[in-house]
Amino acid sequence: MKTPTKQLWREEFSVFAGEDRYVQRRQFTKFLMLTSVGMFAGNLWILVRSWFSNPRAVFPEQTVARAGEIPVGAVKLFTYPTPQDHCILVHTRSGQYTAFSQKCTHLSCAVYYSAKNDRLECPCHEGYFSVLDGTVLQGPPPRPLPRVQLEQRGDELIAIGMGT
Amino acid sequence: MRRGLTAIDAAMLLVIVILIVQMWLLTATLESYLAGQAGVALPAALISGILSTACVALYLFIRKVDRTVRK
Repeated sequence: MKTPTKQLWREEFSVFAGEDRYVQRRQFTKFLMLTSVGMFAGNLWILVRSWFSNPRAVFPEQTVARAGEIPVGAVKLFTYPTPQDHCILVHTRSGQYTAFSQKCTHLSCAVYYSAKNDRLECPCHEGYFSVLDGTVLQGPPPRPLPRVQLEQRGDELIAIGMGT
Repeated sequence: MRRGLTAIDAAMLLVIVILIVQMWLLTATLESYLAGQAGVALPAALISGILSTACVALYLFIRKVDRTVRK
């Protein structure tokens, strides 16, 4: 059994200034150590997610639009591959059809097509993406926009997968 | 007591440096994972684990010094 002088509360709330400095440093270091363990847990979580996620998932085929439906410089919004994943289909100035995820890779704001500048723009932090391949032109986004792979069958544009 | 405090300060500084490295590691790993490069997750987790162990060891060292000085 502990003697009264070794009780925890007496150590933690010492009346001596010198001992108090020790306690503050020790407690602060304990907090830092727990934060460090938290960081490790975060790394482990990413590792587990990377093991159990399936990058080669089979994407459904989905008709997005008809070829003549969208004039040059216009867009059509749709969801793909799930109803929660919003995407944007653009009929570019050069006549191509391109489609990307509408979620900015910076902080997930919705990007829109600027016909004036012929690029995809994120209004939150002025991140700009190329409308041709989704690469970052300017701003804080760290990665290109995920691209929706399109296939034209007759006059139908069909989404067949996602890629970068 | 002064030597004890110096030792504790030095250990605490090391813990802070380790923590900064771990923060950077976690951010970089998350960025890579979201970019589709999951290959870095395993080495990053291993290094983070080693750094965490070092942090725990330094904390135990501080506790030991603390107790020794108080006696």
